Amino acid sequence: MNAKDEILARVRSALRDVPGNVAVAEDSPVDWKYGQQVDVGDVIETFIERVIDYKATVIKCPVADVPAEIAKGLKALEVKSVVIGDGVDEKWREAIEGAGAKLYIDTPGQQLSALELNEVDAVVSAAAAGSAETGTIVLDHRPDQGRRALSLVPDSLICVIRADQVYSSVPEVVTKLGPSVKEDGLPLTWISGPSATSDIELSRVEGVHGPRNLYVIVQE
Amino acid sequence: MTTTAVSAPVAKPGAGMTVAIFPTCANDVMFPETPIATVKLLERMGCKVVFPKAQTCCGQIFTNTGYYDEAMGSVKNFLKAFESYDYIVGPSGSCVGSVRHQHEMLARRDAGDRIGDRVAAVTSRTYDISEFLVDVLGTTDVGAYFPHRVTFHPSCHSIRIAHVGDKPQQLLRAVRGIDLIDLPDATTCCGMGGTFSLKNPDVSVSMAGDKARNVASTRAEYLCAGDNLCLLNISGVLNRTKAGIKPIHLAEILAQTEGDE
Amino acid sequence: MTSTELERLTPAPPPGELVDSPRFQVSARTSLTNTQQRANLKHATTTIRNKRARVVGEVADWQALRTAGEQIKNRVGRHLDEYLLEFEKNFTEAGGIVHWARDAEEANRIVIDLVEQTGEKEVVKVKSMVTQEIDMNEALEAARIAAWETDLAELIVQLGHDRPSHIVVPALHRNRAEVREIFLREMGRYGTPPPDGLDDTPVNLAGAARRHLREKFLRAKTSTSGANFLVAETGSLVVVESEGNGRMCLTLPQTLISVVGIEKIVPTFQDLEVFLQLLPRSSTGERMNPYTSIWTGVSKDDGPQAVHVVLVDNGRTNVLSDPIGRAALRCIRCSACLNICPVYERVGGHAYGSVYSGPIGAILTPQLRGLASDVDRSLPFASSLCGACNEVCPVRIPITDLLVHMRHKVVEAKKSDPPHIPHTAEPQLMSIASWVMADGKHLAWAGKGTALVDLILGKGFKVKKFGPMPYPLSRWTDARDVPMMPEQSFRTWWKKNRGELA
Repeated sequence: MNAKDEILARVRSALRDVPGNVAVAEDSPVDWKYGQQVDVGDVIETFIERVIDYKATVIKCPVADVPAEIAKGLKALEVKSVVIGDGVDEKWREAIEGAGAKLYIDTPGQQLSALELNEVDAVVSAAAAGSAETGTIVLDHRPDQGRRALSLVPDSLICVIRADQVYSSVPEVVTKLGPSVKEDGLPLTWISGPSATSDIELSRVEGVHGPRNLYVIVQE
Repeated sequence: MTTTAVSAPVAKPGAGMTVAIFPTCANDVMFPETPIATVKLLERMGCKVVFPKAQTCCGQIFTNTGYYDEAMGSVKNFLKAFESYDYIVGPSGSCVGSVRHQHEMLARRDAGDRIGDRVAAVTSRTYDISEFLVDVLGTTDVGAYFPHRVTFHPSCHSIRIAHVGDKPQQLLRAVRGIDLIDLPDATTCCGMGGTFSLKNPDVSVSMAGDKARNVASTRAEYLCAGDNLCLLNISGVLNRTKAGIKPIHLAEILAQTEGDE
Repeated sequence: MTSTELERLTPAPPPGELVDSPRFQVSARTSLTNTQQRANLKHATTTIRNKRARVVGEVADWQALRTAGEQIKNRVGRHLDEYLLEFEKNFTEAGGIVHWARDAEEANRIVIDLVEQTGEKEVVKVKSMVTQEIDMNEALEAARIAAWETDLAELIVQLGHDRPSHIVVPALHRNRAEVREIFLREMGRYGTPPPDGLDDTPVNLAGAARRHLREKFLRAKTSTSGANFLVAETGSLVVVESEGNGRMCLTLPQTLISVVGIEKIVPTFQDLEVFLQLLPRSSTGERMNPYTSIWTGVSKDDGPQAVHVVLVDNGRTNVLSDPIGRAALRCIRCSACLNICPVYERVGGHAYGSVYSGPIGAILTPQLRGLASDVDRSLPFASSLCGACNEVCPVRIPITDLLVHMRHKVVEAKKSDPPHIPHTAEPQLMSIASWVMADGKHLAWAGKGTALVDLILGKGFKVKKFGPMPYPLSRWTDARDVPMMPEQSFRTWWKKNRGELA
């Protein structure tokens, strides 16, 4: 017997006590109500407060000010070079270049190598969803965000999230992102603050391998 | 029967109730003052207390050491001794917890569902003294008087197996004259754990030492708990420190009245 | 140097197999004498459990979430064969390749073959419990493939020629001074050395690790990982982490091999809403961990284009076959039970002789490995049964019930040992005591003997407390003063004062 068949046979043998003729939901019910909104008060204010808790910088501004805020962020972080996915808003591109940063556009077929990415200071990205209660931003890596390595290797991540992308908490976000995974097969990256470790004496250090700086712009 | 008691000492919420005392084997032999106090307290509440002589122990020394077959004698004997009573009351969260949480499982495994159902029924009528007073008699003020500084250790099995919650503290807070002091890290285990203290003596002593230090830090006169074996363990270490803190069971405080002092 | 003694590629772990460790009681005694480690453990476990309590307290429906975690994982266990096939189908359709491994040896063989097919001589690793369990690093080393741990704590452990002592924070037993020493001594031998003048502040130590590992991330062509969850419905894998080393391993190389225990399944993508709330709060005491990666087979133009999963049994079906013991398979490796455990806090993870330590290790390891070894027979007794672990477990595993259940299995195993295996007199003592306690008459008869016992042990000498007691009771009285037996038992008092017994 091959390994697969043998493991499945072992599983079935181990589950002799489980009636085979009963539907899963009836045999092992789950009482949880999925996808519920969680009461967190003002969703946007909570989101901002919780992201700041992770020692990230958060700016809230109207849509028209986003390019200018991106430029301000690049200056604040002393960024000299920026990488973006090939679906990033034209106005953001102009703002990045206007801020004097060298701009790399990462395109399928013309991707930056890991070594090249390692030389870039920052990434500017849109987002797919946000969770207020946990201060989390989720990327589904569409072209306005870029592939997974972009938001990882450079030392600063400037992320723009629309207010209407922010939900109360994890259940709503999972519901919202279901189609990205189920229909589009996209990978997801959940980001809650900058990279961090507490491995030495449980003392939190921001920035181990991922970006040390997280700069979030909430677009109203 | 619609009269309302005006003060606790004369209230007899247990009038007309017959309670079978389950002193537990360790209390019977090593700490008789505790079940004696329990009997006096229940009688003061108006209960008729009986002592079923067939009783032995809850069997947790066997069960918790893995000797299920050996525990069955205790389980069946508990059924035999107590099945005819409506209320079975013991001064031990641990032993009552073991009866309620483990007897049914053991009985079903060994003797099938017919005995299992009977065991489930009798164990569901078994109460720690704190539960019986608060839940069944509906009283927290039992008319006790104890003018001393007391700190309370909620034993692990009382809160996590018997689930007595804060009923002991409710009862203590209603005691006249008492000065109840919070115990730091109160819900951390004292390291007794039955045969754990024999099988892992070094770890056990380390745990008891930390517990004793926390107790000593309260500068209480008395360390109170609902389980005497925890008190034995903690005070065994405390005695070496000459902290002068005396162990006392919850039932013994609750049994004291003004005339006793 | 002979051909069988090639120079190692990676730091050697301590010699010996974990399963050959001494009994817990023996290791625990040794651990207790390590005062530095005890201080480190106390500080770390106190910090982390307070953090957990704070963030768990924020969640209004925490108990409902725990119940959901329990119910979903029960559903997985009871229908595991169906979910495994569903996962395989969906992961394969998304371009991934599924492999099945009956045991550690088979899993390691698969990983070695896959790495050898890439032509690579090294892999970067995401921290994973199952790869510790199967001792994958050493299997790779034997095949002349270097496996580099990239989690900061695992790096400390690997460079320190050490073993992990905690499920989530494997170097919990080390303090900053020890970490600095390890980095200064070892880092340069295996890659980028630490910067000159490295001090022992966590931020600088983490900085040294960043530099050391970045070189490895950027050149790595192959990586290995575990997974926190496998989603049957979508064929997705989920890795929950903090540092970003996981993301590096999951996205930069060309080939990704994830080794995952078969119990890691969750049925649907939507089920993640439960576990992504339970795990970070229970584990590191955060509202959410910094990074969670979810991927489904191969992602076009993004990350590794050769993506494998090795589904590992290695004893899990044994656990599943026990309807009571199988609750341990619900475990999501959060380590809340370790952090709350007063025994773990004192002895640390190494005393358990298992990659899974603390209360969960004490119930899981003897089920995974069986009850043949001394250490596995001792683990279910490594607890005072205080039950603090039951209350913090995010999937409501009744840990103390399972400890007692496993103690019963140990007793049964001892009873069925061949007669030449020596045992203590415990079974005989229990048997006698059982007879005494089976009947009130027996107890009354035995009680008559206690007067004699009292006389022998000291009452006759009018002392206020017992003197030294014979072994094994001396284990108790060596550190505690025990009061004398009372003058009369409760039974005697009752007869004198209340008369008739019922």
